Amino acid sequence: MATPNSKIVGSAVNRIDGVQKVTGQARYAAEQMSEQIPLVGWIVASDTAVGEITSLETGLAEQSEGVHAVITYKNAGPLKPFGKPADESRFTQSRAVLNEPHIRHFGAPVALVIADTLEQARYAASLVDYTIEGQTPELLTHFEGATQVPDSLDGGFEPDATSGNRPDNSDVKTSVDSTYTTPSQISAAMEPHATVAEFKNGKLEVFTSVQIIASAVEALAITLEMDAENIVVQSPFIGGGFGSKLGLHYDATLACIGARHLKRAVKVVLSRRQVFYNTPHRGHSTQQMTLSANSDGELLSIVHKSAMPKAKGYEFAEATGAGARVTYQSQYIESTHRVKDVDLPLIDSTRSPGDAIGSLAFESAIDELAHEAGVDPLTFRLNNLPVVHPMKGTPFTSHNLGECLRQGAQQFKWQHKPQPSKGKVIGHGVASAMRMNVFVESSAQVEIDEQGKVTVRTDMTDIGTGTYTILAQIAADALQTSVDNVTVQLGDSRYPASCGSGGSFGAASTGSAVKRACEALLDSIQSQLPSELSNAKLYVEEGKVKAAMPNTDDTATQFLITDYIPTNTFPISAIGKVSEDDTSDDEQYSCGAHFAEVEVDTYTGEVRLLRQYGMFSAGQILNIKTASSQIKGGMVWGAGYALTEGIHHHENSASFVNPDFGEYHIAVNRDIAEVSLDFLEEPDYAASPVGAKGIGELGITGAGAAIANAIFDATKVRVRDFPITMDKIISG
Amino acid sequence: MQPFDVHHFNDNTPLNTFSTAKTSRFLAGGTNLIDLMKLQVETPKTLISLAKWKSANAISQNNTHYHIGAMVSNSDLAKFAHSEPSLSVLSQALLSGATVQLRNRATTAGNLLQRTRCYYFYDTTKACNKREPGSGCTALNSMNRIHAIFGTSDKCIATHPSDMAVAMIALNAIVNTQLPDGTERKIALREFYQAPGDSPHIESVLQDGELITHVSIEKKERGTQYYHKVRDRSSYAFALVSVAAGLTIKDGRAHNVNLAFGGVGTTPWYPEKAIRVLEGAEISPEVISQAADAELATAKVFGSNDFKPLLLRRTLEKVLMEIFTHQSDHPHHEGALHGNA
Repeated sequence: MATPNSKIVGSAVNRIDGVQKVTGQARYAAEQMSEQIPLVGWIVASDTAVGEITSLETGLAEQSEGVHAVITYKNAGPLKPFGKPADESRFTQSRAVLNEPHIRHFGAPVALVIADTLEQARYAASLVDYTIEGQTPELLTHFEGATQVPDSLDGGFEPDATSGNRPDNSDVKTSVDSTYTTPSQISAAMEPHATVAEFKNGKLEVFTSVQIIASAVEALAITLEMDAENIVVQSPFIGGGFGSKLGLHYDATLACIGARHLKRAVKVVLSRRQVFYNTPHRGHSTQQMTLSANSDGELLSIVHKSAMPKAKGYEFAEATGAGARVTYQSQYIESTHRVKDVDLPLIDSTRSPGDAIGSLAFESAIDELAHEAGVDPLTFRLNNLPVVHPMKGTPFTSHNLGECLRQGAQQFKWQHKPQPSKGKVIGHGVASAMRMNVFVESSAQVEIDEQGKVTVRTDMTDIGTGTYTILAQIAADALQTSVDNVTVQLGDSRYPASCGSGGSFGAASTGSAVKRACEALLDSIQSQLPSELSNAKLYVEEGKVKAAMPNTDDTATQFLITDYIPTNTFPISAIGKVSEDDTSDDEQYSCGAHFAEVEVDTYTGEVRLLRQYGMFSAGQILNIKTASSQIKGGMVWGAGYALTEGIHHHENSASFVNPDFGEYHIAVNRDIAEVSLDFLEEPDYAASPVGAKGIGELGITGAGAAIANAIFDATKVRVRDFPITMDKIISG
Repeated sequence: MQPFDVHHFNDNTPLNTFSTAKTSRFLAGGTNLIDLMKLQVETPKTLISLAKWKSANAISQNNTHYHIGAMVSNSDLAKFAHSEPSLSVLSQALLSGATVQLRNRATTAGNLLQRTRCYYFYDTTKACNKREPGSGCTALNSMNRIHAIFGTSDKCIATHPSDMAVAMIALNAIVNTQLPDGTERKIALREFYQAPGDSPHIESVLQDGELITHVSIEKKERGTQYYHKVRDRSSYAFALVSVAAGLTIKDGRAHNVNLAFGGVGTTPWYPEKAIRVLEGAEISPEVISQAADAELATAKVFGSNDFKPLLLRRTLEKVLMEIFTHQSDHPHHEGALHGNA
């Protein structure tokens, strides 16, 4: 009998797609070829934020060498207006572009030039002459400018929430009243957004880089006014998404419009500068925080008020107050969100919704209060942990924030700081992380052939997180075979619809669907066996599907499944589905504690990270290696948010000052020092059938605040405007 | 990118056989020019490629000078300077710039002539007197964190981005050129660059068609040297402030002060007034403060770069105190403060 391999789930299996990726065999969207070499489209970008195109001259471009077409609003063909129908979700609404002479933001496409080569298209694009009668763009420039209550917040949070009673002034011993700002930010995925589209026998075939396949098909059907059955979307490999690829963007719409117009395969790859304007960014935030504590160091009130811009015509506002509502017990909690409609490119999910920048501000403010109260910031946090949801009083399925803080501090050696070298100071910082767990409807198919080869198929995507690998582990575990024996096929709209990747829900939701599919497959096989063998345990060995029937004397009788089920019945497959019914109604959160050690130059204020450490609790870990890598990536993004990243706005033109990686500073290798972490593993079957909770956005939540708090510890300078650059430290 | 012709210059082709039209550009490593061409910031009709110019890809020396060929890569020069203690600051400056990949391509002459990274110079939808003379300067009244405080004018406040040039200014390098008619010129690097004034598009004293052949640096004692570059991330970013410095000590006082600033000037900045205070002085925070005062007297700030005078002051103090202390503790030390001494 096969060795029991119940430890496959969780073990550090190397990425099964790793070799393909590092040897160039993994084809990303822009590398996909049809029988013909795709034509190449280049965007003519608007130099005006908002206005009407009043003249458009494309003749010179059309006559330029190699050019096949110049597509504008005059010849783009039928398109549903952007954002319609209003009752669709934001990822299935029309993503139309070139459908009207109206321009909604700086850098938006005015035309698409399609030529044989990139160079030809790019040059011809410079020959397109246009005039836009512009209006003064609206921006959010101060906290009071945001007066609108958003219809909803990302993650389903209410825009406004209040609980408990305001404390009596006589009880308040210490208080903090601080305003924090975070700048506009971009996901900065390594792979720019790219699409190759082609019509084949009346069907639209699209290779694109998108995190959720099923909604991408819907969005294209709505945008292009086609039947969804005639659209195939494939996204087998994705070079990072971080929210920026949850939905489709102009590269996809433009490639499809081009393919429809020319009846040829058309490729559109955004340049890095175009990514800044034609895909989402995160809006800047102003967060006002009023916190108070009593003489015992217990929180009395938490008031968190957030103001952010919202892109006109696009319903997205994020819950920066999510952490303030759930992390600590407090007599009074108030959290509000206000937005203002602005004429900026799409504002949408970036890296981690709300929590990422909410935690920067909130966990810094908590640190301020601890300092005011004269309590060690770790102790202060431990003293204020909730037992149930602090606002709603509902229980948590599991809650390990306290253990993460306690055990994390021990591992990190909290406040045991090395001796700084001359001219430097060293500081330690801590921050809590609470990230809501989301479980989403998902499905997958699992198939087994007569040699016992297993194939998993779902339209789930792997955005670099390790989905291929963890799904193989789950299937191998459930079917008692090895990971090598499992093939995983993802990112194709012809496979069963999944939740896709996003919101940290992919692994637990689709992993559970795969588990269910395996169970259904086993049931299906067992139902075909004679009734006296219905207790037989299936396994795969030496290229054969076998089963072991337990005997009364602790032995087992082994037999070949094909002795009972005709070979022509194979392959046998089953579909597994999960829905909201498979998860608890209680509060579900992944927890974490972040620690940072920084060194600051006393002359120049330059900050160097020495260590980042985190202790996390997210239920069952499906693969310790890919999970750790994903959390580390989040911690690095957190370092970027704390220290280096920020889009600068040119307000008159509503354009970005630094839309490239030369001046938008994502952290580089030298910015990051030691990054390490541990998990407190404890399967949470109330959260999901596989016992896992989300980890994708846990790594960044709180990571930046721990660094900010370490800088304060080192310098006693509290910088409230992120990123914390050296100039703010030396003038603080 | 506009279509263009490419011609090849080599050791056997006289310079006067090539176009000296204003629409011609010499192409060395291409790490800056090609990017600018893709963005239509530069739109040359003719490129004169120097890739086959073999004799310019060599470093030689005699008793008095090092001679660095125009086409010597930044990587090769950094390696050479690393092995010559008196050129340590040049090695440090080179290695603080760009990435290994870029340094392998980028050349000595190309580095000297690279263009500013001013945000608005790169954005063809914005006014920029350097890109389009007479169109205006967006930086004056917009985000100008990376912009200059020395040598500015009401037409341009863009910085020169090079690290290498800052070290070469400190080392008093000489630029050797050849004109199309075959004549040769020697220009002190300290007099090579032109502040923007009313014509920010003119950045150096080079004439049309004039080609840098090599850079010469005098052999002399430079003492303990340090290039400290302060920037918005720890690598792969241009300097907000950088200080290139080297000094020896004679009778307890600073002697042979080699000093230059990056990230603060419209040209790699030679701080003559600060040097006058420092030379012959016993280095202390007070003296450094006086030197900074002297130099900063002419500085102008523009809003988001208001922090630069303070940051320059702090960086100067750090660098000078550290090298002065090291030189005091290790008399006649020649080379890097950290590492490659």
